Amino acid sequence: MESESGVLTGEHFLGGNEACAEGAIAAGCRFFAGYPITPSTEVAEHLAERLPEVGGIFIQMEDEIASMNAILGASWGGMKTMTATSGPGFSLMMENLGLGIMTETPCVLVNVQRGGPSTGLPTLVGQGDMMQARWGSHGPYEIIAVCPSSPQEFFDYTIKAFNLSEQWRVPVLVMADEVVGHMTEKVTIPEPNSIKLTQRRTPKVPPEKYLPYKPDADLVPQMAIAGNSYRMHITGLTHDIKGYPVINEEAQAALVERLVQKIRKNKQKIVEYELEKCEGADVIVCSYGISARTALLPIERARQEGIKVGLIKLIVVWPFPDELIDELAGKVKGFVVPEINFGQISLEVERCAHGKAKVIQVPHAGGGIHDPEKVLEAIRRAAA
Amino acid sequence: MKEASTAEKPKYWRTPLDAGKLKMPRGKIHIIKDRCKGCSFCVEYCPRDVLELSTEFNPKGYHFPLAAHEEACVNCKLCEMLCPEFAIFSEELETEEEEVGK
Amino acid sequence: MNERHPMDELLRKDRIPHIWCSGCGLGTCLAAFITAVRESGIPLEKLCVVSGIGCTGRVAGYLNIDSFHTTHGRAIPFAAGLHLANPSLKVVVFSGDGDLIAIGGNHFIHSARRNLDITVICVNNFNYGMTGGQGGPTTPIGSRTTTTPYGNFESPFSIPYLAAASGAPYVARWTALDTRRMTKSMGEALHKRGFSVVEIISPCPTLFGRLNRQGTGLDMLKSYQANSVIQHGADPSKVGIEKDGKIVVGKFVDIERPTFLDLVKERLGSKFKMHWEKVECDPALVPAADE
Repeated sequence: MESESGVLTGEHFLGGNEACAEGAIAAGCRFFAGYPITPSTEVAEHLAERLPEVGGIFIQMEDEIASMNAILGASWGGMKTMTATSGPGFSLMMENLGLGIMTETPCVLVNVQRGGPSTGLPTLVGQGDMMQARWGSHGPYEIIAVCPSSPQEFFDYTIKAFNLSEQWRVPVLVMADEVVGHMTEKVTIPEPNSIKLTQRRTPKVPPEKYLPYKPDADLVPQMAIAGNSYRMHITGLTHDIKGYPVINEEAQAALVERLVQKIRKNKQKIVEYELEKCEGADVIVCSYGISARTALLPIERARQEGIKVGLIKLIVVWPFPDELIDELAGKVKGFVVPEINFGQISLEVERCAHGKAKVIQVPHAGGGIHDPEKVLEAIRRAAA
Repeated sequence: MKEASTAEKPKYWRTPLDAGKLKMPRGKIHIIKDRCKGCSFCVEYCPRDVLELSTEFNPKGYHFPLAAHEEACVNCKLCEMLCPEFAIFSEELETEEEEVGK
Repeated sequence: MNERHPMDELLRKDRIPHIWCSGCGLGTCLAAFITAVRESGIPLEKLCVVSGIGCTGRVAGYLNIDSFHTTHGRAIPFAAGLHLANPSLKVVVFSGDGDLIAIGGNHFIHSARRNLDITVICVNNFNYGMTGGQGGPTTPIGSRTTTTPYGNFESPFSIPYLAAASGAPYVARWTALDTRRMTKSMGEALHKRGFSVVEIISPCPTLFGRLNRQGTGLDMLKSYQANSVIQHGADPSKVGIEKDGKIVVGKFVDIERPTFLDLVKERLGSKFKMHWEKVECDPALVPAADE
C-alpha cells in the first residue's frame, strides 16, 4: 500500500523531532493528539502545521492521559494516530497504553526521553525509560518499541512503528531521546511509492458473522472500525472473542496468553538490529539510540588498540533479541552496554547471556552523552 | 387486592361533542417474567392500576407483575418505559369503536 | 417465555438480564436512551456509545451498536478522538457521576470548553456504586457513604453548573422517574450540535440508598417525585442538590455555540480541505439542531 500525498520527497536538513513528524505523515498518520512537553514538543508543533495541509487533524489535549485516549478513539474511527511525549507524560500514559494493548488498537507513542526521574532535566538527554517501555503498564503483556539514533532513523523508524502497529494490532513505542530529537541532520525522504506501508487487517466476513477478537492464524484478529455496521463491543475488561466482558480464569487465559504470544510467536518478524563486525569479535558493544552512535568513537579507538570489537545496534528494543545475545554470548569474552541510565537494557543482555560472557554496564545519570574514555575503558575490561 | 380504579366508564362534567366517536386505546401486556427483578416500578406507576405483584417467584427468586386488570390498560406504555429490566411491554389491541361516555 | 421486547433490537439479548440491581434506575435510563435513539432517526450504524468504568459504564456493553467500554474517567477523550477521526459518527458518552466528574473532570470541562460535538449522558447516583458505595464528587453534604461514614463534609459539584460554566450549549437534568421527559431531552441532546449534557438522577438502592436509609428503588423514585421541581431555564448556579433537599430538573441551557470543528473550518477552511470532507460523510446523517 502506498503512502498518500503529503510526503516531502527530497533531501532536507531536519531536526529529529521534525523528521519524526514527517515520518508519521509519510506513514499515513492523519491524527495527532498531544500535550506539550520538552523535548518532544516540536513533534506536536510541526504536526499542528502539517496535518491540516494533508487533510489530517491536530488537537492539543488537556493532558497526556487525554492524548493517549484520543489516539485510541481516533484509531477506532479509522485513522492512523500518534502522540508524542517525554518521561513525565509517558508515565501518565501508562494506564491507557494498557487499554490500547488490551483492545489491540494500532497507534504510535513517541517518547523523546529526557533526564529523570520526576521533572529531572527537561532539556537534556536520558534513556531511563527503557524498562518502563516494556513494563510500565500494569498486567502481563508484550509491547514493541523501536529506537532511532539519528534524525534519518527517526523518520524511518516512525514509519516502521506505524507498520508494526498496524500489522500486529498493538501500540508501538518510538523510544527516542533528547539528543536525537533535537539534533539537525540531513534527512532523505523518498518518493511516496517507494515507502512500504502496512494497513490493518479489515474484516473478511459480513457484520453478522464478525467476531471482533477471533484471531487469524498469526494470532491477530481482523479489525473493524466504528461506523461500518459491525456493531462491535470493545472493552478493556477481559473479554471473549465476541468482545463481551467475561470475568473468569478461562477467559483470562485465552485472551492474555494470546496477546502475549501474538508478539512472542511472531518475534522473528519483529526483532531488528544492525550488526557491525560481530563475526570473530572478542567484545561486542550492544546499545541503542544516541548511545549506539556515541559508542562508535570508542569502538574505533579500541580497534586501533587491537581489540576485536563488534557493535549491535538495536533497532527494535522490545521484543528483545534474546536468541542473538544468547548465541553471541557463547562466542565473545564480553558485552559492553553503554546507556544513559543505571542499567536497563544491560540487564536484558545479562539475562540472555546466561553467564557465558561478561556484561559490563556503562551507566550515565543523564544530562549528556557518554564520555568516550569510559566506554573505551569498559571495552578494555571486557576484552581482558 | 386493589380494584382497577378506572374500570367503570368515565364520568364527564360535560359530555364531549365527539364522545360517541372516541376510541379508547386498549393494550395487551406482555411480561417477560424471567427478566423481572421485582422492583415494582410498573405496579406503582401504572396510571390505570392494571398490574399487581404475583405471589409466584421467577427462577431468580423475584416476584414479577401480573396484568390483573388488563381490561383497563390503555397502552400508555409507561410500564415499558419505566421498567429497568426490559421485562414488560404493551401492545395496542385492535378494538372496535366503542361509545364512550354515553 | 421467549418474548421479544420492542427494544431488543438495540440490546445484546445474550447479555440480558443485565447486572444492575433490583430498583436501580440504570435500566430505565438505558430504555429512555434506546427510545430517544429510535425516535431521533439517527442511523444505528453511525451511532457509537463510549462509556467509562462503573455501573453506568456497563451501559455500553448492553447496546447492540459500536460501543466502547474504556478506562475510568477517560470516555470523553476517547470519544473526542473517535468523533474527530470520523465526524459523520454520532458519538455519545454514557457514564456515571464519579467517572465523568471526579477522575474525568478535567476532560469534561475541556471538552465542554471546546464544544466538541458529542452528547454526554451522566447518570448521577451520588456515589461510586460499582466499587461498593464510596463518596463521590456529587455526594451531598451530610450523606453517608463507605468513605464518609460520619457524613460527607465536602461540597459537591453541581453538574449542570459545571457543564454550563465550561461552555456546554445544552444542559438538562431529569430524574429516572421522568421517563418521557428524559427521553425528550436525550433526543434534543442527540440532535444538538455541540457538547450536550443530560444529567439523570437515578436511585442506587443497594448502596447510597441503603446507607442513607432511603428505602427501596421505588421509595427513592417516590422521593424524587416529591422533591423534584421542574424549572426550565433555571440558573445553573442555583440548582445544587442538598441532602434530602429539592431537586431542580428541566432544561437549563439551550444556546447556540460554534463547535470545535466549526471553528476549525472557519479558521482553516479557506486554506485547506477539511479532513471529514475526505471521510465518507453524508451531511444528511448529522441531524440539524431544529429537527
